[in-house]
Amino acid sequence: MYNKVGVIGDKDSVTALKVVGAEIFNADNAEQARELVKKLSHDKFAVVFITEQLAVQIADTLNKAKSQPFPAIVPIPTSFNSNGFGMDGIKKDVEKALGTDILFNEEDK
Amino acid sequence: MSIMNVNPTRMELKRLQGRLKTASRGYKLLKDKTDEMIRKFIVLARQNKLLREEVETQLADALQSYALARTFSDSRAIDEAVMMPSRSVTLQCGRSSIMGINVPSIEIAESHGDVYPYGFLTVPEQLDNSVNRLNAVFSKMVYLAQVEKTCNMLADEIEKNKRRVNALENIMIPQMQETIKYIKMKLDEDERSSTVRLMKVKDMLAQKQ
Repeated sequence: MYNKVGVIGDKDSVTALKVVGAEIFNADNAEQARELVKKLSHDKFAVVFITEQLAVQIADTLNKAKSQPFPAIVPIPTSFNSNGFGMDGIKKDVEKALGTDILFNEEDK
Repeated sequence: MSIMNVNPTRMELKRLQGRLKTASRGYKLLKDKTDEMIRKFIVLARQNKLLREEVETQLADALQSYALARTFSDSRAIDEAVMMPSRSVTLQCGRSSIMGINVPSIEIAESHGDVYPYGFLTVPEQLDNSVNRLNAVFSKMVYLAQVEKTCNMLADEIEKNKRRVNALENIMIPQMQETIKYIKMKLDEDERSSTVRLMKVKDMLAQKQ
C-alpha cells in the first residue's frame, strides 16, 4: 500500500520539510534526482515532492510517471523563488486536453 | 476515401452494416464521454491552479522563514534541530473513478507526535514560525498532489479519447459507408446483368420456335 511522503531536493531547500514528517532525499544534480525518482516509484511512496530546479532537468522522467496513479510527483518551489515549472505543468495539461490554453490565457495578459 | 478490400457479397454487406451500426453508436458514446471529461477537467484545472498558487506562496514563505532562522543562529544547529523529527506522517490512499479512469485519492491518515521536535532554548523564534507555517501548508500540498495527479491522468485520457473519436469519425465510419455503397452498387449491377441475360435467352428461345 502506498502511504509515504517523500521530498527530493538539494539539502538547503528541503531539510525544513522534515518537521512535517516527510522523508527527505538529497539530490544535487539531475542524475541523482532521476535515480531517486525511479527508486521511490518502486517503493511505497504515494506523494513525492521535488524541487522545481531539479524537476526542470528531469522533465522527461516525470512525464513518463504521469500516466500511473502512484506516485504523484509534484514540483514545489524553493525558498528562493519559483521558476514556474509547476504552473507550466498545469498549462501543458490544459493544452493537451483542450488543444489550446483557453482557461488561463486571458489571465496572463 | 478508399474502400475496404472486401468481396462484394451479400454476406459481407450484412456484416459491414452491423459494424457500421456499432461504430456509430460507439462514436456517439465516446463523444459524450469526451464532453463530460472535458467538463470535469476544466473544473479540476481551475482548482489546481488556485491551489498551486496558494501552496507556492505559503511554502515559499515558510521556507524563507526557515532560511531566516538559519541566518539568525548557527545554521548547523538549526539543521540539527529538525534532523530528528518527532512527527511522522502516514497517508491513506485509495483509488476513485472518474469516467472510468482510476485516479488516486490521497489523504493524510495520521500525523502524530510533537509539532516542535527541538528544545526552545537553542533555536530562534523564526524556526517556530517556519514549522507552524509548514504544518499549515502541508495538508494543502497533499491535496494539491491529488488534484494535480487527477488532472494529469484526465488530460491523458481526454487526448486518447479524442484520437479514438477522430479515428471513428473521419476514417472508419466514412470508409465503411463507402464500402457499403460500393457493395450495393455491385450487387445491383449483377442483378441487372442477370436480368438482361435472362431476357436475351428468352428472346433467343422465342426466335427458335
